[in-house]
Amino acid sequence: MTAPANRLIPDRLQSPLTRALRSWEAVLVIVAIAVFVTNAFASPYFLNAWNLSDATFNFTEKAMIAFAMAMLIIAGEIDLSVASIIALVSTAMGLAIQAGAGVPLLVLIGLTSGLLCGAVNGFLVAGMGLPSIVVTIGTMSLFRGISFIVLGDQAFTGYPDGFDYFGQGYVWWVFSFELALFAVMAVVFWALLHRTNFGRAVYAIGNNATAAQFSGIRVARVRFILFLLTGLTSGIAAICLTSRLGSTRPSIATGFELEVVTMVVLGGVSILGGSGSILGVVLAAFIMGMVTFGFGLLNVPGIVMSIFLGLLLIGVIAVPRLLRGK
Amino acid sequence: MNPVLSLRGISKSFPGVKALQGVQLDLFAGQVTALIGENGAGKSTIVKVLTGIYQPDAGTITIDSTPIRFATAQDAARAGVTAIHQETVLFDELSVAENIWLGHAPRTRFGLIDRRAMRDGAKRLLTSIGATLDPDLRLGDLGIASKHLVAIARALSTDARVVILDEPTAALSHKEIHELYDLVETLKAQGKAILFISHKFDEVFRIADRYTVFRDGQFVGEGAMADATEGQLVQMMVGRSVDQIFPPRSHNIGDPVLTVAGYSHPTEFADINFTLHKGEILGFYGLVGAGRSEVMQALFGITKPSKGAVRIDGQVRVIRSTHEAIAAGIVYVPEDRGRQGAIRGLPIFQNVTLPSLTRTSRSGFLRLAEEFRLSRDYTQRLDLRASALDQELGLLSGGNQQKVVIAKWLATKPRVIILDEPTKGIDIGSKAAVHDFMAELAAEGLAVIMVSSEIPEVLGMSDRVIVMREGRIIDEVTGSRMTPETLVRAAAGIAEAA
Repeated sequence: MTAPANRLIPDRLQSPLTRALRSWEAVLVIVAIAVFVTNAFASPYFLNAWNLSDATFNFTEKAMIAFAMAMLIIAGEIDLSVASIIALVSTAMGLAIQAGAGVPLLVLIGLTSGLLCGAVNGFLVAGMGLPSIVVTIGTMSLFRGISFIVLGDQAFTGYPDGFDYFGQGYVWWVFSFELALFAVMAVVFWALLHRTNFGRAVYAIGNNATAAQFSGIRVARVRFILFLLTGLTSGIAAICLTSRLGSTRPSIATGFELEVVTMVVLGGVSILGGSGSILGVVLAAFIMGMVTFGFGLLNVPGIVMSIFLGLLLIGVIAVPRLLRGK
Repeated sequence: MNPVLSLRGISKSFPGVKALQGVQLDLFAGQVTALIGENGAGKSTIVKVLTGIYQPDAGTITIDSTPIRFATAQDAARAGVTAIHQETVLFDELSVAENIWLGHAPRTRFGLIDRRAMRDGAKRLLTSIGATLDPDLRLGDLGIASKHLVAIARALSTDARVVILDEPTAALSHKEIHELYDLVETLKAQGKAILFISHKFDEVFRIADRYTVFRDGQFVGEGAMADATEGQLVQMMVGRSVDQIFPPRSHNIGDPVLTVAGYSHPTEFADINFTLHKGEILGFYGLVGAGRSEVMQALFGITKPSKGAVRIDGQVRVIRSTHEAIAAGIVYVPEDRGRQGAIRGLPIFQNVTLPSLTRTSRSGFLRLAEEFRLSRDYTQRLDLRASALDQELGLLSGGNQQKVVIAKWLATKPRVIILDEPTKGIDIGSKAAVHDFMAELAAEGLAVIMVSSEIPEVLGMSDRVIVMREGRIIDEVTGSRMTPETLVRAAAGIAEAA
């Protein structure tokens, strides 16, 4: 070794472009294009602006939650109660219209009740140190259970005029309010995860929570905030979904939690924590939405769609590992 | 009398370290041989050679004068060698009998586990060591001393002739230690050859018949315990210090920075008092488990002390979290680098800036250019070898990872830096870099605490040495008293020679 004692260590090994081309997100872009082209050939109705616009409703609500879920999973935790939070939030809003609440109050109630549910999860996990998978399986039953007690086999309807905008309105031409909100939230969560100290702490905790604590990171506080975020985004999704359906039943959003987690994992977030990106989740949302829509156009039954999505998930996770020879 | 087991010329090297260099050891039936040596003398390595975990590079092992090779741990067990470790692995959810027989349970004709033979055998083994435990009890319901008896019964279940007790009393209470002595007598009476490894001289003198001393991986001497004195043994253990070069020190000691008074913890330490000055390196020496790391982790806000006060620059500071410790200017480079120090999955620069993010960011938003600048400054001062700052930390060698961890703490611009075993398990070159850097830091006016179990390092680097034993400060060694003998005696609880 003849290197000088104090040689300069470069910042980066690869240029950001090389890194981007080799990333998981690049694979997802290829998959997304493949799904798009296949759909375009398979059905004459696919390449239609309004049809495509309709298709985005397949993923927008779930993707809003998936952004917060991605951060939570990167930090090594999980929240399986998100779909039940939607049910509880929707029920809370239904009770509010019975009492004659207007649109602004409905939105406020939706957001705060989502945050409260997140705070319950966060307190149990971050405050009491219980494992998040157990806590949120518990609150999954709890939150939806409350909704069932309140509603029984009834439904709340009669949401006021103007409330329908969140789930059915259009910002401009074919671009729905939900799609616009999805885009704004994608940017906000991208910045939060990839451009702030908080996001860095999330990665540090997911990689090694003990070392993060030794480095002065307030681990419990970060975890609590992450649960608040999944609660809040579930509240937002509940407002959109309730508005779109125009009614509240206790069975609303059943099974959303697994689709959200699937989206996150398909997006390249390690289920063991420590790595992943918001861009990956955005791409995974588009892929899942287009697959669902394309199959719908071809009149493929729902169960076949589930089978395909399941295989897609296992495939995209397994193939890179096989290629790497492990 | 011929030895049951005999080692001759055993050598074992690891990259950068000669752990054993041609050592010898004899164990006799019905006798206890004590193996004595400082940390790093090669005691654990020889245990691993004897139990088939390591294969020696050279040398012979003979049992009953027949040469033998232990290719695997099973070979050693079959040859009748068994070890009871400091922390034996047992299973809380299994019964006492299952723990004893796990992996070699008696079978019925049909190949199923013979539960009755298992229970009877367990009872027989437990009785033979004077224990009256029900073999059907769940292990998790037992106390530590009873678990120890189960571990010993397990070790004997392979019909061992050679029993190795590796620091068996480290986790035991006074009463339990006496029960262990009785047990050793029982094993002796059964004709077992016993190797007893301990740091504690009172124990060695009480139960050993013979001794063997290692130093720095070499055999120093052996003999009958009855002919030995404490002074002789200490002399043999310490010898002359190894040829290790330490950087020159400025010894420019300033005002007090950190004052700790009456610091206590419910279980780990009590009544700790000391003052640390600007520009000083204060060494903390003691045996493993003396409570040194626990004191340091309390100062860093990891564990809560029950009473006592911490002052920095004369101001009382209450430290309840690592966050507050860093804000108060105290940082701690942990001993367990892999678990507590390094975040291997993150790039080097993100590791360095993690505790300093408030300085490199603006209103909570990251500034990567600042992060690269800060991490380059500090890693370069430590002569880090890496191909790029965005390389994953886990790809570097242990020594270079340690440099990154130290750089991380320095980047917070602390007043007090605590280094816990800073050179443990790293190569000679990185060791020297860390030592040079510590001297430089002290010269710049930082107050340094170094916890170390390596005597040459403690003596070579420190201005003063505090010796801890069983959670208390036993001695503060300065000036001409800073000799290996003084440290070893204080740590082991032996009165100073007149």
